[in-house]
Amino acid sequence: MAVPVAFFAVFFAYPVTAIVARGLKTDGTWQLGRIGDVLAQSDVRQVLWFTTWQALVSTALTLLIALPGAYVLARFDFPGKQVLRAVVTVPFVLPTVVVGTAFMALAGRGGLLDELWGLRLDTTVWAILLAHVFFNYAVVVRTVGGLWAQLDPRQEEAARMLGASRFAAWRTVTLPALAPAVAAAALMVFLFTFTSFGVVQILGGPTFSTLEVEIYRQTSEIFDLSTAAVLTMIQFVAVGSILALHAWTVRRRETALRLVDAAMTARRPRGAGQWALLGGVLATVAVLLLLPLAVLVERSFGADGLGYYRALTEDDGGVFLVAPIEAVGNSLQYALAATVIAVVIGGLAAVALTRRDAGRLVRGFDALLMLPLGVSAVTVGFGFLIALDEPPLDLRASWILVPLAQALVGVPFVVRTMLPVLRAVDVRLREAAAVLGASPWRAWREVDLPMVRRALLIAAGFAFAVSLGEFGATVFIARPENPTLPVAVARLLGRPGDLNYGQAMALSTILMIVCAVALLVLERLRTDRTGEF
Amino acid sequence: MLLSLRAATVRFSGRAVLDAVDLGVAEHEIVCVLGPSGSGKSTLLRAVAGLQPLDSGRILLDGHDQAGVPAHRRGVGLMFQDHQLFPQRDVGGNVAFGLRMRGASRIRQAERVRELLDLVGLPGASGRAVAALSGGEQQRVALARALAPSPRLLMLDEPLGQLDRSLRERLVVELRELFGRLGTTVLAVTHDQGEAFALADRVVVMRDGRIAQSGTPLEVWQRPADAFVARFLGFENVVEATVGDGVAVTPWGKVPVPDGAPRGTRTLLVRPAGVRLVPVEEGLRCTVAARTFRGTHVAVRLQPEDAPRLEAACALRAAPEVGDEVGVEFDEAEIAVLE
Amino acid sequence: MGITKKVTVLAVGLGLVTLSACGSSDGDDGGGGSGGGSRTVTLVSHNSWAVSKDVVAAFEKQSGYRLKVLEDGDAGQAVNKAVLTKDNPQGDVFFGVDNTLLSRALDNGLFQPYEAKDSDLILEEYRADQDKHRVTPVDSGDICVNYDKAWFAEHDVNPPKSFDDLIKPEYKDLLVVENASTSSPGLGFLLGTAAKYGDEGWQDYWKKLKANGVKVVDGWEQAYNEEFSGSAGGKKAKADRPLVVSYASSPPAEVIYADPKPDTAPTGVAEGTCFRQVEYAGLLSNARNPEGGKALLDFLISKPFQEDMPLNMFVYPVREGAQVPEEFAAFGPQAKDPETMDPAKIADSRDQWVKSWTSLVLK
Repeated sequence: MAVPVAFFAVFFAYPVTAIVARGLKTDGTWQLGRIGDVLAQSDVRQVLWFTTWQALVSTALTLLIALPGAYVLARFDFPGKQVLRAVVTVPFVLPTVVVGTAFMALAGRGGLLDELWGLRLDTTVWAILLAHVFFNYAVVVRTVGGLWAQLDPRQEEAARMLGASRFAAWRTVTLPALAPAVAAAALMVFLFTFTSFGVVQILGGPTFSTLEVEIYRQTSEIFDLSTAAVLTMIQFVAVGSILALHAWTVRRRETALRLVDAAMTARRPRGAGQWALLGGVLATVAVLLLLPLAVLVERSFGADGLGYYRALTEDDGGVFLVAPIEAVGNSLQYALAATVIAVVIGGLAAVALTRRDAGRLVRGFDALLMLPLGVSAVTVGFGFLIALDEPPLDLRASWILVPLAQALVGVPFVVRTMLPVLRAVDVRLREAAAVLGASPWRAWREVDLPMVRRALLIAAGFAFAVSLGEFGATVFIARPENPTLPVAVARLLGRPGDLNYGQAMALSTILMIVCAVALLVLERLRTDRTGEF
Repeated sequence: MLLSLRAATVRFSGRAVLDAVDLGVAEHEIVCVLGPSGSGKSTLLRAVAGLQPLDSGRILLDGHDQAGVPAHRRGVGLMFQDHQLFPQRDVGGNVAFGLRMRGASRIRQAERVRELLDLVGLPGASGRAVAALSGGEQQRVALARALAPSPRLLMLDEPLGQLDRSLRERLVVELRELFGRLGTTVLAVTHDQGEAFALADRVVVMRDGRIAQSGTPLEVWQRPADAFVARFLGFENVVEATVGDGVAVTPWGKVPVPDGAPRGTRTLLVRPAGVRLVPVEEGLRCTVAARTFRGTHVAVRLQPEDAPRLEAACALRAAPEVGDEVGVEFDEAEIAVLE
Repeated sequence: MGITKKVTVLAVGLGLVTLSACGSSDGDDGGGGSGGGSRTVTLVSHNSWAVSKDVVAAFEKQSGYRLKVLEDGDAGQAVNKAVLTKDNPQGDVFFGVDNTLLSRALDNGLFQPYEAKDSDLILEEYRADQDKHRVTPVDSGDICVNYDKAWFAEHDVNPPKSFDDLIKPEYKDLLVVENASTSSPGLGFLLGTAAKYGDEGWQDYWKKLKANGVKVVDGWEQAYNEEFSGSAGGKKAKADRPLVVSYASSPPAEVIYADPKPDTAPTGVAEGTCFRQVEYAGLLSNARNPEGGKALLDFLISKPFQEDMPLNMFVYPVREGAQVPEEFAAFGPQAKDPETMDPAKIADSRDQWVKSWTSLVLK
């Protein structure tokens, strides 16, 4: 417990407090009157309103579209399933600049919808909502699907035998069992969409603005730190109350679930209904997720085929001090370090949170861990800069800051993915181990760990993917001699010219492939060993 | 017939798990399917329940073909092997579930829950959490839950499998009495012959997806259809024999057989009671290899010189010690020629 | 604030030691300008910074300093961060504050005076802060409307030449601009109109521009790569706006970054729509290696660097006699008479203009 607390105190609470204090404190006294001033502005209230409703609608839409996907991936066995699971996660790690480009191909001018029905959604709120689904599909599929795959299907059958239709059985038996995972997924999607930045900026056009965009604008462009501080606090309070609400609902529903080996629950679909469901999910994935990605790939090929890719390996001596392709190695190294940090910190936190003797204080920490998702990367980045500026904590120019910043975002994933499973572990198994002579740590290693290994791997995969695509914090920490993939993409896109654009697309494609391969390897790892449970 | 299976077949990746099974269950009848694990008996239940589609054949309930009827419309109940109580609901919530699905009123639900909890001997347990129940209590709740919607056919998958012996023996009697009183039609599967014989009006023995034998407990017990059934029922003295006129030639020597037994190369069953111990010189010479106290009698394992072991049942007082040499004679009344 | 630095140091000191012990392979000390020794000079810049390797190598060899570069986000972020950390700066020299933000840097005391060697060779028009010499001009660029030559040829329309042209009916629904509150070219374009039409007239001009169907997007990347029909990305995205606010150096970039290189640029610049941007560098107050910083500033206006800049950062040199590459001269000459504005004037009016612009154009 001490380690995660210290980690969050130093790398999150302290920097954020520092930057907020810088904005709201003049000559050592807090200017709390600023809060009222800012709140009195009608456009601030408007931003708050838009932020909230678009997040609610996006979350509902994502659940609606992604839950069937979670079901299909959890319960059906079909060729290419692992590839599919990896592919749906790819959008999640793509830099928003690239996603904007890709998504325009679906909903923008000349996009699929335009060609078919003359429907253009760019600069409408629908583009934002759909793009949020595109981004967060994997969050639902992975968090909910992970648990779903391990629910005993006979529970549903038992309900069916008692006269429940397929849907009623799902609603009355599976859904309540899934509730913690669904709630966790919904919460994450809500947080992501509530704090949405790039998507809103690129697809919504300048007319739509979320709190996060406004904070960015005030901090980065206008340099009005006191307004930014107030907005940060508003966002903080909003996110905090959502988290509290979530913690409250989840606690009320906690029950020990009967978990079985995921491999046993999946089977080939049968009957027209199930095939139709599978087909529907695949079609959704194809249109919503694959098509935009395919556009990126298509644009990465020049007139002479692989020309852009070849150009990536050339050291142009200028824009990059190294060949752009070396960004792949940098990204992998950073992501690996961030994953290790996130898994260690998040794992420790999750274990501490599941201990039966965990008091209120510790449980409150659960919600606290999620807060980094609700705070602007710009705020944290600026906070780092003014807070961590003295030895031995002068990390401003150190490489470790990149994985640290990325791990901040990764930890909540690890905690959220592991908690439901850890809590579902039957306490008697631990007792059985204790009676057989295992120390608490040993019992955890021998009993809990094998059971949560799957969740742990999913969590690690998420943390890895997140840090692979992380841009906000990385962009102002990465050094020119070792850019990460998203940074390199952004840099190429920031320059005119055919070759730059093509290389940006090629590098995005590589980022997608790296991510998909990393996730696939993880999936393999999981099935290679037998006796998971 | 309330339930009929006609050539019901289920294949798992090409292998027939149910192989052209024909089976009928009459109204108010209690049928127990007995078989070792992997014999297809659980698949049989799942097929009837509608949880497992048939690859070929038909299932009829009340004469209506059930092809295309989804599980929840078949009006049958299934009690799962490990109960599958819903952990999110309390005892009452579990029992009322089926009634709720049928749209019963709250009052009706509460009434029926009370009635059934009384019936299964758990009065007032409605508000308890299922996780806090003992194994026997879970069993009773699962039963109450299955019975609550009054299914026309109740299916039990290893109903007493996880319980301790004394509880099992007591419950099996209670169940039979209860089903008799309620007039419930029951199709149960179990691997425990004692349970099957105690519960069933009719026993169906399954092997590799096929029905090996069907009959009243007495019929099956007295005349197992073949060596497999005999061995599965716990008989050990099963050998190949050449049956002639009133006598069969076996590895144990000549053995008397009942009149009218089919002739030729046959499988011969000698029940333990049919192995009588006599002084060494008067019969087949055997050494006592082991003896096991069985409550009402002692099971003695005997090793003849050049033949398979024999099991004998002796009265408590007459049982020989391990290592003793005894002679063996066979009692025609306890010998059956199979097939 | 409840947490003091001391406590936090105690809390994580150990953990961090372990963390950093297992990684730092790049051989740097972890701490910005701190303890870097006098042989390393640190440049803090924005993420458009780029320079050729051999030019840096020559500087390092000649000056004896090793050059370390920190990129701190986009131009706005980099300046803001430099201001925030001015008491304990991350490096010795900051490069990348332009005339639109110069006052923010100067008013906050970001720089200390230093008159770079050869600063008398800087072209008159770029000089600023002449009495104190806190900043040294390094490059300049023009923000101008670019046009898609093919589109105008195909539609048999003459490309626009001036701000006034842009509100004419024949250019209706053709122009895409960036959000002035989030994009540096967007702001530059707004300032250009303000310089041209004055405090009173610019709002009126924008009303007409809005009526003429101007489209506003948030950033240059979207405007240029997604909306502008003349760019590589725009062609693939079937973009339909042949006019975009970009830089005068964009057409040569379209030639240089094309394969095969065309004989002429596919895009052109509307000469009369330009606003001049000048980027400055300065020696940071509290720099740990001021001597190295001074050498670096000298280097930034030295001939080799000035001539290397155009192809790396797509800007024009400010040093007298510095040669620009052939493509630049041919396809992206500097505007002859760009709009300019005094940094002090920008400082006074910028925020108010952006605010009015936002409610006028976006709402």
